[in-house]
Amino acid sequence: MNQTISRRSFLKGGLAAAAGVAASGVPGVKTALGSDGSRQLATLIDIRKCIGCEACVEACNETNAHKYPEPKKPFPKMYPSRVKVSDWSEKRDVTERLTPYNWLFIQRATVSIGGKETELTMPRRCMHCVNPPCVKLCPWGAAKQLGNGISKIDADICLGGSKCKNVCPWHIPQRQTGVGLYLDLMPSFAGNGVMYKCDRCYDRIARGETPACIEVCPEQVQTIGPRDEILAKAHALAKETNGYIYGETENGGTNTIYVSPVPFEELNKAITKGDGKPHLERVPDAMAEANNLATAMIIAPFAGMAAAAFKFVKSTSNKA
Amino acid sequence: MPRIREVNAGQASTSRWAAYLYILTLFFMALTGFGQMPIYNRYYLSDIPGLGWLANFYVTRNIHYLGAIILLALLFYGLFDFLFSRKRRLRLSRTGLLRAGLLAGIVVSGALIVVKNFPHVYFSDSFVIGLDLFHIAAVMIFLLTNLVCLIGRMRWTVSR
Repeated sequence: MNQTISRRSFLKGGLAAAAGVAASGVPGVKTALGSDGSRQLATLIDIRKCIGCEACVEACNETNAHKYPEPKKPFPKMYPSRVKVSDWSEKRDVTERLTPYNWLFIQRATVSIGGKETELTMPRRCMHCVNPPCVKLCPWGAAKQLGNGISKIDADICLGGSKCKNVCPWHIPQRQTGVGLYLDLMPSFAGNGVMYKCDRCYDRIARGETPACIEVCPEQVQTIGPRDEILAKAHALAKETNGYIYGETENGGTNTIYVSPVPFEELNKAITKGDGKPHLERVPDAMAEANNLATAMIIAPFAGMAAAAFKFVKSTSNKA
Repeated sequence: MPRIREVNAGQASTSRWAAYLYILTLFFMALTGFGQMPIYNRYYLSDIPGLGWLANFYVTRNIHYLGAIILLALLFYGLFDFLFSRKRRLRLSRTGLLRAGLLAGIVVSGALIVVKNFPHVYFSDSFVIGLDLFHIAAVMIFLLTNLVCLIGRMRWTVSR
């Protein structure tokens, strides 16, 4: 185990929510989590191996069905009129994009490999950023990050304002109207349901199991483990296959690392993008600018103090 | 004597500018702070020409952080200016104490939110929710207190 990372993670993560970091019973996960579970877990997705069978999509839906929304209808009338209802409850079978009832889908891209036209497929879901804007910028603390790097949205607290989707570089979370806390507050004037996205089966991991999409995959497309180990594997795989990596530096680093046989610029051009269909563009660290400004906050009090001292010294010397 | 009068006028001018900057900073802090909730787009405020930036959470957050830098400098300037130059003549009034306490609460809770936003920093769920609610509640009470003090002409300080 990398001691520096472990110590830092342990100190900074002392107050972390414990749900996803419980002791593990499955050897693979136990090794991955370590004894305290304070290391961020990442998944490696080897795009070459994916055959697009959608077994992961099916397993995700079966496993997480109990977390899906059961909205109350009719929905409250929303004011002002620009606030639109987002209702997927009649379209629960949609699997070709992300919805509140489908947290993982298979994205397809037809690209040229060695002059041969080839269809590549890959599972797409929440990237589980190392420093997730959806979690950090949620105004109510409804989105959370566990010590093992899983970001999840608490359906009991979320008001469905969709800020998390707005600030997510991939616009992953999806809204369902007519469910959640907002119904008990001012349903016509604030909130609009609950946001849903992949929680990387935090409850299964807490029980020592692997996420459903990983467990069921017949081709072992995904591997889960501590981020540093997964990154090392991704680099080894990329070197071995002349492949390309996505997710290592995107948005300051994510816990979903893709390895592709073609550059991601090409893949991004070849996939269908849009609402519920995330892109594969290079993404700068969305949290970095403000966090850099934060360092200036340390200097500001000293500057104020110095200005007051300067004024005092000046006025005393003038009086003298 | 004319020289002392000149100095006093200069000090008053500095304080006036500091006060104007303080009010301006508070205005933008409140504006961008409330903008952390998804309300400006919903309620058409960001549709007003020139105010489109209010719907961009990253822009409002950066301005909020810039405001925090200026506010921190001003607050420490005010605090130490009071301690160095005015403490012998003046003391905080009751409303001054209340406002100072609320400001301290806003600054401390805001600082904790800033720390939370760094990578690998995890606070417990209930602590984060409490922190967010405390920060916004303290700001609302602070703004209301200032309004009451403005109407009632109540000052921060009174003579000893």
